[in-house]
Amino acid sequence: MDIAVVDYGMGNLRSVQQALRAVAPGASIAVTGDPLVVAQAARVVFPGQGAMPDCMRELEARGLRAAVLQAARGKPFLGICIGLQMLFERSAEGNIPGLGILPGKVVRFAGDLRDVQGNKLKVPHMGWNQVRRIEQPASPQGDATITPSPSGGGLGRGNALPLPNPLPRSEGAVAASTVGGSPKVDEHPLWAGIEQDARFYFVHSYYVQPQDAALVQATSDYPQPFACAVARDNLFAVQFHPEKSQSAGLTLLRNFVNWNPV
Amino acid sequence: MLAKRIIPCLDVTAGRVVKGVSFVQLRDAGDPVEIARRYDEQGADELTFLDITASSDDRGILFRIIEQVAEQVFIPLTVGGGVRKVEDVRNLLNAGADKVSINTSAVLNPQLVADAAGRYGSQCIVVAIDAKQAAPGKWEVFTHGGRKATGLDAVAWAKHMQALGAGEILLTSMDRDGQKTGFDLALTRAVTDALEIPVIASGGAGTLQHLADGVKLGGADAVLAASIFHYGEYTVQQAKQFMAQQGIEVRL
Repeated sequence: MDIAVVDYGMGNLRSVQQALRAVAPGASIAVTGDPLVVAQAARVVFPGQGAMPDCMRELEARGLRAAVLQAARGKPFLGICIGLQMLFERSAEGNIPGLGILPGKVVRFAGDLRDVQGNKLKVPHMGWNQVRRIEQPASPQGDATITPSPSGGGLGRGNALPLPNPLPRSEGAVAASTVGGSPKVDEHPLWAGIEQDARFYFVHSYYVQPQDAALVQATSDYPQPFACAVARDNLFAVQFHPEKSQSAGLTLLRNFVNWNPV
Repeated sequence: MLAKRIIPCLDVTAGRVVKGVSFVQLRDAGDPVEIARRYDEQGADELTFLDITASSDDRGILFRIIEQVAEQVFIPLTVGGGVRKVEDVRNLLNAGADKVSINTSAVLNPQLVADAAGRYGSQCIVVAIDAKQAAPGKWEVFTHGGRKATGLDAVAWAKHMQALGAGEILLTSMDRDGQKTGFDLALTRAVTDALEIPVIASGGAGTLQHLADGVKLGGADAVLAASIFHYGEYTVQQAKQFMAQQGIEVRL
């Protein structure tokens, strides 16, 4: 099996399947709840919708935890929405533990959010928002501080993303490169062909707070910046729905199916 | 920044897109799959399909339409009309809908909203409210395609639906539907101010200014329109450019 889409009975995975089929017409794609199929697939997509406590319960009940953990540690792995949130240690939704693959937690958007004009911001955060990629310095010793955005709303301002003790970035996550001998800002291969600040479709009320700033691949503002994409080695996970994000989303999925992390 | 959404609405009956005036006088607007593809190319943020007859014969046709659209169009699809049971929600999601809109059945059986949201998540449950002005600042909820008065106050009803787990409200002014005189902005404002969840303004958009007003004056998170797009008056792209010029954040 080329691609396994992990199905633990929480909602509809047809959209994910259709979008993968569109970008990888020759690939075999299984929407599966069978741990063996997940274990044997070359790539794994880990979607999720609804409430995280239900997702965790169903994942356990179907005996999929071990297969998902193994996949997340060893092969191209794409988490989507709750499939991102479940990778972390703990969620405020139902105050439950997650899979604990990545250090950090999942928290809810605060009530009574306002934009700069004072308009009420609704929760769930639903619709098309800009995804601002973090510019990753090429050097593994590089400073892991997140580059402030030119449009304001840099991460230093809010408390949406605590960034204690950033660890050196792992080698596999970002392909190092230099141009003309000078260090170049590197980009994760999954962003290839996607513009900075491209819009993706979101629908969620909780977001992740990774403990390790080096994991954060992109942020989005609502109204404070929050992490909307994380990566480590063979793993990439996003809060938005690439399968519903038209051309930008399909590009990201195409990059995933062609991705061969070291 | 989060963009305000423009959502073309396709009213479907017997496999065709139609459009009426104040819920009657239907006029043919074309093939749903073709129209859906066109709006996607124009940059629609989502698409809404409403099965306006919702007869059992048409049901199979609707499922095939949704399946075909979902294979080609990778933006959120909402489908409504004739949703009575949690099983109906499941079937529509399986056919390729991302959200299911519940209208009459939410009034007849509010528990359906709670059950469906509990099972599939609030993100895929839209409650559609058809409202008609009863007095200044007061709107009544109607069901059965606008034929039955319920005695329910639209704002209170919207809050109740939010409490039961609706993820979004599709708010249609029956007074304005198909009239092209603009959204009922007072209704839109009253409902959106009362809620934490997003509200889609619907019913009455006849010009691009109306769409912008729905967001700026009505406070809507998204605007839904049919006629102005169906008959080629404006493209979705033109609508977005116009809104952007008015300082509204859109996905261009």
